[in-house]
Amino acid sequence: MSLVPVKAAEAPRKFDLAIVGAGPAGMAAAITARECGLSVLVVDENAAPGGQVFRAAELAGADPALARDMAPGLDLIARFRAFDITYRPGTSLWMLDPDTGTLSLARQGETMEVTADRILLATGAQERPVPIPGWTLPGVMSAGAAQIALKTAGMVPSGKVVLAGQGPLMWLLANQFIRAGVMPVLVETRTRPILRTALGAGGIFSGFGQLAKGIGLILKARQAGMRVISGARHLRAEGSARVQALRFEGGVEPCDTLLLHEGVMPSTHISMAIGLQHGWDARQLCWRPKLDVFGASSHARIAVAGDGAVIGGWEAAVAAGQLAALDAGLRLGRISRADRDFRAEASADALLQARALRPFLDALYAPSQEVLAPPEESTIICRCEEVTAGSLRWAAAIGATGPNQAKAYLRCGMGPCQGRLCGSTVAAVIAETRNVPVEEVGHFRPRAPYKPITVQELAGAQLGAERLS
Amino acid sequence: MFRTRPDHRPETVQIFVEGRPLMVPEGSSAAAAVLIAGLPGIRETAVSGSPRLPWCMMGVCFDCLAEIDGVANRQACMVPVVAGMRIARQHGAREVRR
Repeated sequence: MSLVPVKAAEAPRKFDLAIVGAGPAGMAAAITARECGLSVLVVDENAAPGGQVFRAAELAGADPALARDMAPGLDLIARFRAFDITYRPGTSLWMLDPDTGTLSLARQGETMEVTADRILLATGAQERPVPIPGWTLPGVMSAGAAQIALKTAGMVPSGKVVLAGQGPLMWLLANQFIRAGVMPVLVETRTRPILRTALGAGGIFSGFGQLAKGIGLILKARQAGMRVISGARHLRAEGSARVQALRFEGGVEPCDTLLLHEGVMPSTHISMAIGLQHGWDARQLCWRPKLDVFGASSHARIAVAGDGAVIGGWEAAVAAGQLAALDAGLRLGRISRADRDFRAEASADALLQARALRPFLDALYAPSQEVLAPPEESTIICRCEEVTAGSLRWAAAIGATGPNQAKAYLRCGMGPCQGRLCGSTVAAVIAETRNVPVEEVGHFRPRAPYKPITVQELAGAQLGAERLS
Repeated sequence: MFRTRPDHRPETVQIFVEGRPLMVPEGSSAAAAVLIAGLPGIRETAVSGSPRLPWCMMGVCFDCLAEIDGVANRQACMVPVVAGMRIARQHGAREVRR
């Protein structure tokens, strides 16, 4: 098999495969695609490869708070960097035309267009919003945000730290904080019993390794003396200029920093903007693109892999990225169907293994209805336009049938985040008010530009096109 | 409020937050620098003028919009610090410069 050299100096504008995102799925796909002889472009918004799970791993790898968690990523990142891949960090995709395969990119004030015969979206997951009263107060952040600060800058919250919510990330972050010399308090919102949920969901034996790791994290945090409050309901952040306490039914915890988390869901902003078909996942309570086993979407040129397709964690993302790359190899005529299917077997096995525990985790940490659709009228749902649950219920009552109608009534989802953060909550509140399933009310339809660009950048792109012609 | 751990991240970069010099760890974002500086907010919202600090730190929420090196409305969490960078709070909605 011959490798096609791509010289960075020539700044090529056309690729066999363009991958959006340099997390586990994107990196694994890029490596496999190169092995198939494809020319590969990887664009990523972050400064270094790794995605969120291995964010800044090359910097954080020696940090004792993170080293053990970053180690598996360092190997993948080293392999990714060793391959002849056109890698563009710090680069935003602000428009994608799937029909022509054109990606409009912005990097440090410059814009450019590239084309690709096949495009893989590996945009990962984002945390579910946790719209409790007071969640817009300074000092309240998502748990993932604090973890990113730790990974990228080694920094930790000072003063009293409360983690509130549920999910595997909470226990991981608690352990990382403890290793970094911070002892948080965990206010857990989990209501499902562990043992009964496990027996009902299955996957305990094939997912035993992951389960053991999770239980290990819980035991270590408790042994270190972390205080855990279980089954908390009706959470609210209190404070005037800043958060000062977390209040919940039957208790209050003073805090300087409050970190909220209720699990993650696929980041579908781009896959929805380009009009891929999506389906409602009743188990993970989120929309996700409709895909075949290789990650091929409803559009002939586009595939999706990793947590942006379905939440499965980094090992599942690696396997899914490999499958999507092999499929690209077949579709672009570099490998035969038999070759693709033969090489896909190991990845398909790994994918099954990595996802074994997922039904249990999904059931155990299912967010409650008060997290999905906040009951209190004054709770802000759309942080950008400061739209409350009460006004959304009013809009739904007088005829807003779904998020796109509510957007026209109230401007929710029309601010700078374009509904990335509030989309799931807006849909859930409308569904609850109308008393219909959430899949029936639909979702926001995002549009380009996906990220803000200046008029200057846009004008620069036009100038570039004229120069080329 | 956040604190750094210089024992484990010794490399630092000097930047300016609201005009004041500050040493922050290499690899920090502009949003992280604001958290280290301990500002009460990175912006005030365009609708009610209430103060905000970053929520997600990964480019989703846009609550960290700030003025960086004179350019307003930048996602501070997506901008890595470089020596001499100037980060300023953003007040309310953006206006066209006259």
